[in-house]
Amino acid sequence: MNDTRKRFDIWTNISLLIFVFYILFLALPLFTMLIKSFYNGTTGDFSLAYFTKFFSKPYYLTALFNSIKVTVCVTALSALIATPLAYLMATVKIKGNSTIRIMILISSMSAPFIGAYSWILLLGRNGVITQFIKNVFGFTMPDIYGFTGILVVLTLQMVPLIFMYVSGALKNVDQSLMEAAESMGYKGFNKMRKVLLPLITPTLLAGGLLVFMRALADFGTPMLIGEGFKTVPVLIFNEFISEVGGDDGFAAAISVIVVLFATVIFLLQKYVSNRKSFTMSALHPIEAKKKSGIGNIMAHVVIYAYTLIALLPQLYVIYTSFLKTNGRIFVDGYSLQSYIDAFSNIGGVIANTFFLAVVSLVVIILLAILIAYVTVRRRNALTNTLDIFTMFPYIVPGSILGIALLITFNDKPLALSGTALIMIISFVIRRLPYTIRSSAAILHQINGGIEEAAISLGASQMRTFFKITLPMMVAGVVSGAILSWVTIITELSTSIILYTGKTKTVTVAIYTEVIRGNYGVAAALSTILTLITVISLLVFLKLSGQKEVSL
Amino acid sequence: MTVTINIKDLVKKYADATVIPALSLEIKKGEFFTLLGPSGCGKTTLLRMIAGFNSIEGGTISFNERVINQVEPGKRNIGMVFQNYAIFPHLTVKGNIAFGLENRKIPKEQIAAKVDDILKVVQIEQYKDRMPKNLSGGQQQRVALARAIVIRPDVLLMDEPLSNLDAKLRIDMRNAIKDIQREVGITTVYVTHDQEEAMAVSDRIAVMKSGIIQHLGTPQEIYQRPANVFVATFIGRTNIIEGSLTQEEGRYSLQIGSNYAEPMSNIRVPKPQASLKVQISVRPEEFIMTEDQSGIRATIVHSVFLGQNTHYFVDLELGQRIEITQESKTSQILSPGEVIYLKVKTDKINVYDAAGELNYTGSGQL
Repeated sequence: MNDTRKRFDIWTNISLLIFVFYILFLALPLFTMLIKSFYNGTTGDFSLAYFTKFFSKPYYLTALFNSIKVTVCVTALSALIATPLAYLMATVKIKGNSTIRIMILISSMSAPFIGAYSWILLLGRNGVITQFIKNVFGFTMPDIYGFTGILVVLTLQMVPLIFMYVSGALKNVDQSLMEAAESMGYKGFNKMRKVLLPLITPTLLAGGLLVFMRALADFGTPMLIGEGFKTVPVLIFNEFISEVGGDDGFAAAISVIVVLFATVIFLLQKYVSNRKSFTMSALHPIEAKKKSGIGNIMAHVVIYAYTLIALLPQLYVIYTSFLKTNGRIFVDGYSLQSYIDAFSNIGGVIANTFFLAVVSLVVIILLAILIAYVTVRRRNALTNTLDIFTMFPYIVPGSILGIALLITFNDKPLALSGTALIMIISFVIRRLPYTIRSSAAILHQINGGIEEAAISLGASQMRTFFKITLPMMVAGVVSGAILSWVTIITELSTSIILYTGKTKTVTVAIYTEVIRGNYGVAAALSTILTLITVISLLVFLKLSGQKEVSL
Repeated sequence: MTVTINIKDLVKKYADATVIPALSLEIKKGEFFTLLGPSGCGKTTLLRMIAGFNSIEGGTISFNERVINQVEPGKRNIGMVFQNYAIFPHLTVKGNIAFGLENRKIPKEQIAAKVDDILKVVQIEQYKDRMPKNLSGGQQQRVALARAIVIRPDVLLMDEPLSNLDAKLRIDMRNAIKDIQREVGITTVYVTHDQEEAMAVSDRIAVMKSGIIQHLGTPQEIYQRPANVFVATFIGRTNIIEGSLTQEEGRYSLQIGSNYAEPMSNIRVPKPQASLKVQISVRPEEFIMTEDQSGIRATIVHSVFLGQNTHYFVDLELGQRIEITQESKTSQILSPGEVIYLKVKTDKINVYDAAGELNYTGSGQL
């Protein structure tokens, strides 16, 4: 009877609109890509030629194998480094604890390829450290290029993600669980292996998935530091972009393979973590205790050393931005010339970045709030599908989404390629999940009775939403929005596919300047980007009164 | 304006499960009406149907003569108090209470005046500008109540409003709620699973089980003449003993065990028979210990001294363990193993059919 009234309220219309948005800008492009991969580019006939080509040539299979190798190693190594670090920070009182946490956060917030290029400057063939060791000790350091380089750069980039995940989980472990374990005779390593590790396993799996997907999708790092070591994203990019010999259809086919692989991993992770998940909330969380003696010193050394290494690339880039340049090489002495060049040649990119990022962020916040609301409060077939759509950006690498958008919206009726709109759409789709997740999380904590109270007092659904629900959601929305914001301004893999002269962003500009060898300008732009990121984070932390950003 | 609530053949279904089969009920104007029952009995479901938050699968609910099945919750002019208060945490006490008035396009000065009035009624004037997180549970409860009644609702709905408070505060608040309700005179539907609370506040109580009203009556009626064995056991403490009723020339006699019989003057049996098996509900205080050796033979198992009363747990000769209450005496408390003889207060006990569904004991003899 009055069920019909409930089913067709304003939220149904909102759900439908968002659904259409996802169909148009996510499902359709991916579908177009899928179709394209099965048709011969010149004759237009159905064919499996692209797939046969991929699986029959060692060149392509090697790239696939390389990608898997990099991804698995980065994920495992990140977890191995991040977990003990998080445990140390949680149990030992470290001087400057909150500053360290913020610094670790910042180290993860730059585009990975900036790390790659900085490590080249430090440890590359002509790197400062390489030269220094050669001159002082007289031997040549092992090569940073190829697999090692990618592994180092990506691992340093990803450790903070798992570190933050695990730190969050450790906060929910009750001290009494540790004490109970001790009372039953488990100490030290055994206690960790038998009690603590199983407790944080679901979190490790979640963080591991995030790292896995990012490492799999990363394109800038292998491009810069990989040299002969080709990974799949590089392959796709070259196939798609290169003027000669490239083939969109083949790029689409490789993309389909990558997305399938990622989906399998994603589902596998969901399956495993569903079986291992449980909820915890600690009445008495584990407290960091002041340690003394050698243990205390070791803990400080490890944490300070890690933080320094993690920040080193960014610090070095900032340092080089103030160096005098002569053409493409750094010379003795300091100057602001790189900044002057940065602003005079490509000042527009900063304006572009801000314009695109702000518009995207506004759209993201709006959509995320609405999506969170309908998926949490109005569960039905439609909103469940929406929920699944919003997870796609986790498994579709940025460059692949970029290609899919481009091949779909290249022609009429929706010729969007080259516009600012297509950039905004890609940012929105890719960076929405952060804000949706945090908004949904806070909505779960808000008792539904509060909304019923407002409605019983005569407020309309919209008034209830704007006057009651939304104000209560703000903190959660903002904490996700800050992540969306930072990841938009450091976005490379989609922008590099979609940008044109008019929509070039700072990240793309840094990348192209690095490729051209204009290290001074690249460094100046990187510094500006880092500055914007750090200021955004600090403003957020200050305003929200929080000590860290939760992922 | 306060209303009469008329519920006719109301049906609630979740998918295929029927929660309320067919419920009819009339709640009088200005009445304090309580839905009482164990969890899962459908009492909250019914309340939320009146509020409009649950759909109606059959039958009607009307306020006075107006059927409100299709009216949105916000348009039913109800005030609702939630179990967890549902106070808006981002609004002050004043903001919370004014919220409903602001929906009604009332001039600002009037809103302020109404808010001040109601703050006085619920006695929290001094907390007007506080944020909810700085209020105690009892104070939040008062805000929730004020917010619900300030809009002058036709009906006040309360869903276990006291269950989150501690025992002492619960008693204070239930008296406050009763006083305030009497003062404003709004038809009130109150849901609780606490029978003592229900007795303390209600004009009438509906005891529910499995979506069906088992007994509808005043607190005194449902305690003293429970309609069936379920109500008898749910309201207060009681012992259910098996026995038989014999009839001779219209006079009934109740037999418990082999050696004890009492004449009964208040029995009405629809289809009189010479002898009937019955279930008898005897509350602990409805036993009398006899001085001589007549009555039911019982053995003391253990005793609990509670000041005014002493509770004994005894084994009847029939093999059943029951509880009896006696006013405490200065003499020695009976010790385990001692044998006593019991009689029942025939005017107070209730006699049911063998299924425990029908009360043979007439209420006219109260």
